[in-house]
Amino acid sequence: MLEIIADIKRDYIKRIVESGKRLDGRGPDDYREIKIERDLYKTAEGSALVSIGGTQVIAGVKMILGEPFPDMPNQGVLTTSAELIPMASPTFEAGPPKPPAIEVARVVDRGIRESGAIDTEKLCIVEGEKVWVVFLDLHVLDYDGNLFDASTLASISALLSAKMPKLEDDRVIYDERKDPLPVKEKPISTTYAKIGGTVVLDPSLEEEQVLDARLTLATVESGDLCAMQKGGSGAFTKEEVLNTIDRGIEKAKELRKLLKV
Amino acid sequence: MKKEGVKLIENGKRLDGRGLDELRPIKMEIGVLKRADGSAYVEWGENKIMAACYGPREVHPRHVEEPDRAIVRVRYNMAPFSVPDRKRPGPDRRSVEISKVTKEALEPVVLTHLFPRTVVDIFIEVLQANAGTRCAGITAAALAMADAGIPMRDLVASCAAGKIDGKVALDLMGLEDNYGEADLPVALAPNKKQVTLLQMDGNFTRAEFEEAFEKALGGCLKVYEMQKKTIRKKYEV
Repeated sequence: MLEIIADIKRDYIKRIVESGKRLDGRGPDDYREIKIERDLYKTAEGSALVSIGGTQVIAGVKMILGEPFPDMPNQGVLTTSAELIPMASPTFEAGPPKPPAIEVARVVDRGIRESGAIDTEKLCIVEGEKVWVVFLDLHVLDYDGNLFDASTLASISALLSAKMPKLEDDRVIYDERKDPLPVKEKPISTTYAKIGGTVVLDPSLEEEQVLDARLTLATVESGDLCAMQKGGSGAFTKEEVLNTIDRGIEKAKELRKLLKV
Repeated sequence: MKKEGVKLIENGKRLDGRGLDELRPIKMEIGVLKRADGSAYVEWGENKIMAACYGPREVHPRHVEEPDRAIVRVRYNMAPFSVPDRKRPGPDRRSVEISKVTKEALEPVVLTHLFPRTVVDIFIEVLQANAGTRCAGITAAALAMADAGIPMRDLVASCAAGKIDGKVALDLMGLEDNYGEADLPVALAPNKKQVTLLQMDGNFTRAEFEEAFEKALGGCLKVYEMQKKTIRKKYEV
């Protein structure tokens, strides 16, 4: 997934980040401009397009009838997938999902699932037999860094906009949707990059190309943590982890306001 | 998410008799395979895990090699018989993700710049699983790499902490993982106290997180002592 980057540029980005500034003029705790658009596609039960700077991700929600998992007979099912389609970057290729796409899907899924965002018990129709299966599909249109936060934001926005299809004698009527999908929590993901000895929020593409390590955390409205993922081939110290978590919990409060329609 | 119904702590003891700060019994052995450049076998509670290391060796396919350093590749795989419900052979999304984070947990200690255009291949096979396989796998893989003589800055030791019945506990076993409220796997390169793996799911308050993080790091240090002892046992003259 990495593009080749000249050493001179690598050094330049590191130097500028370590001096407390960034290439695009942001501070260490600033996001790029974030935009959310909801309900873009009539065919989907819910959808959202989120852009963070140049990164654009669409999340689409589709629902079908299916069977519950045997160990959770009274709960609906959530399935999350992500596609890094070739239009989004010269380094993405067509074909089955590779590790970076799988990681995005699983980290987003963990944030939504572990926070209890979807009230899955309300998606049960006949216990042990029939439940709603919610497909959450992420489509990355333009990759300019920080897919994790854009994808989680798009996912929760799409879920909040989703309306349940009508059910009539086991027939799903997709063009008659009324009740909103039961959403009871709004997980927010914040991603930090460690570049040299400095940890900055929302890495751009260039910053991702030079980062040593990455830390994504998902928080819920109470400020509790519900998911975390370190990435990258470098490491964090204990102090860096604790400090980054405090920054992330604060930042998530700000971001959550964007979800209010 | 919390699941109701099973009491995991009674009279201060866990279902297997452990206290909250206790690891499961761990056994380690290195040099267990003949053909691999390095290998290790770890039994961690009910987990049985084999790791092998090959390299540095020529990269296939060629286009993934790096002109200025070695690459590290990890394949984490579960045997179909390693879990109660047979696992379909081959990589699923979980294995792909664990392979990726394991690679990123081990790569920071490898002196990759010494071996341009080569690969260090690490294979982790889970033969019997009971929660904590990624931590046991990373621990075994680090031993296999040391056994193979890969130049490394440090070892990597891994351990998880979690939350059961509202209390932070070290090293969750299967039942605790299923009915517990949170899990936090961590890997540590102990010499410079570098955290190279950090994942979490469930629910922690800020304070609980710090407690669990400290506990997991403490667990890593205990595992590290066992790793050193295991290596010394084979190589000390």
